[in-house]
Amino acid sequence: MPMPIPIPTVSVKNKTIEISNLNFFYGKTQSLSNVNLDIHEKQVTAFIGPSGCGKSTLLRTLNRMYDLYPGQRAEGSIMYRGRNILDPEQDVNMLRAKVGMVFQKPTPFPMSVYDNIAFGVRLYEDLSKGEMDERVEWALKKAALWDEVKDKLGKSGLSLSGGQQQRLCIARGVAVKPDVLLLDEPTSALDPISTAKVEELISELKEDYTITIVTHNMQQAARCSDYTAYMYLGELVEFGETDQIFMNPARKETQDYITGRFG
Amino acid sequence: MIGEHHSSKQYDHELETIRSKVLLMGGIVETQFSDAMTCFRIDNAEHADRVVAEDDVVNQLEVQLDDACSHLIVRRQPTANDLRTVMATIKVITDLERIGDEAAKIARTAKSLHARGAAGLNHYEMVRTIATATSDMLHDALDAFARLDGKQAVQLIAQDAVVDHEFRSILRNLITFMMEDPRTISSALDTLWVAKAIERIGDHAKNIAEYVIYVVEGKDIRHTKPAASAPGQSA
Repeated sequence: MPMPIPIPTVSVKNKTIEISNLNFFYGKTQSLSNVNLDIHEKQVTAFIGPSGCGKSTLLRTLNRMYDLYPGQRAEGSIMYRGRNILDPEQDVNMLRAKVGMVFQKPTPFPMSVYDNIAFGVRLYEDLSKGEMDERVEWALKKAALWDEVKDKLGKSGLSLSGGQQQRLCIARGVAVKPDVLLLDEPTSALDPISTAKVEELISELKEDYTITIVTHNMQQAARCSDYTAYMYLGELVEFGETDQIFMNPARKETQDYITGRFG
Repeated sequence: MIGEHHSSKQYDHELETIRSKVLLMGGIVETQFSDAMTCFRIDNAEHADRVVAEDDVVNQLEVQLDDACSHLIVRRQPTANDLRTVMATIKVITDLERIGDEAAKIARTAKSLHARGAAGLNHYEMVRTIATATSDMLHDALDAFARLDGKQAVQLIAQDAVVDHEFRSILRNLITFMMEDPRTISSALDTLWVAKAIERIGDHAKNIAEYVIYVVEGKDIRHTKPAASAPGQSA
């Protein structure tokens, strides 16, 4: 009697963020058109597409980073924890504590490694010295940086290498215990070894966090994401499981892009 | 490969080189097979030796193409249809190489059969139908691969059942001959080896067709019920 072959089931993941009918404008220029997308809990979702396709814009709507610039506005809905975060009533600071962001270039604050981590935590929580020490160690361990910096916590964050700085920024994002981490081309300024470390980190962090990553490196999206969204000219062309997108995309536009037949 | 070009012309060139070498290899084994059948029909020892010698060329091409595919993977990290093309190519050339082996086997058997003299058996007539059907299948498989024609691939997969059926009928026929006149046994066995080799070539052609479907549709239909892809055929 042959053993029955287990049929792989696509488990239905919880949605952390539901984006519906999202439009985005830089002044009069529309740069996102009717985007509908779900970000799944504790999964890595990658946004790929050529420059100017709107992938970074989409990422920046998820924690309303665009609010910092006048003339930029979003329409539609982004549901997170049961409410539309585009709502003017939304407390943007609380939102950004829950939806953290790491940028393309490492942006450590000009202060010690320790204070880089503690800075954000102090904004939201009132911890004792001992608790703060624990939190800093925890965040640095999460970001796989602890062993490299534990003896130089008092040194400037700027004295670290580029790859270490980027992991410091990730540790800073993690330290406030967010739900979601937004990574905007987090390794484009890093060497291959640091890139591999950050990618390794992403796969570890997804145990606890929902991660969304914008990348120009398609192999990176293939390596570390569970879901991939291909965007072009402000529209979501195709969204699906990463393996499917890279093995057998449904849309010809997607195939042309990922096989390098673009432009 | 088909349709638009890559941003990198060199990438296009590398894929095209692989593709044309596979087609070259396909052309060689197709000729090998038809020459081997000619040797089986008419006594020509020299011709048979040539078919056997040709196998070296096919083997060399297999090694070169395997190498070219590994290089392409490491340099280009192909995705989607490009990836499927490379994966299918690696498998297609294995089947082509085996077809070459079977053709050489037919040529060798033909040589020894003619050397001994075929007693009381119209050996070629026995395999004529299966040879023609298989030769068509092989041609169609290579054609489908060259044009990435999924429809043609599906049609020829159905053909394989006909070839298998024909093989069983040859077997029954030969058993009858051998029982009636034991002097036919050695030539009947030779004929049976040839029929088996032809039937195997049909299987390889079917495999190639399955890879074509994988490239075109991204579906792996190996080891699935033929009814799913080819209605109306049953063994």
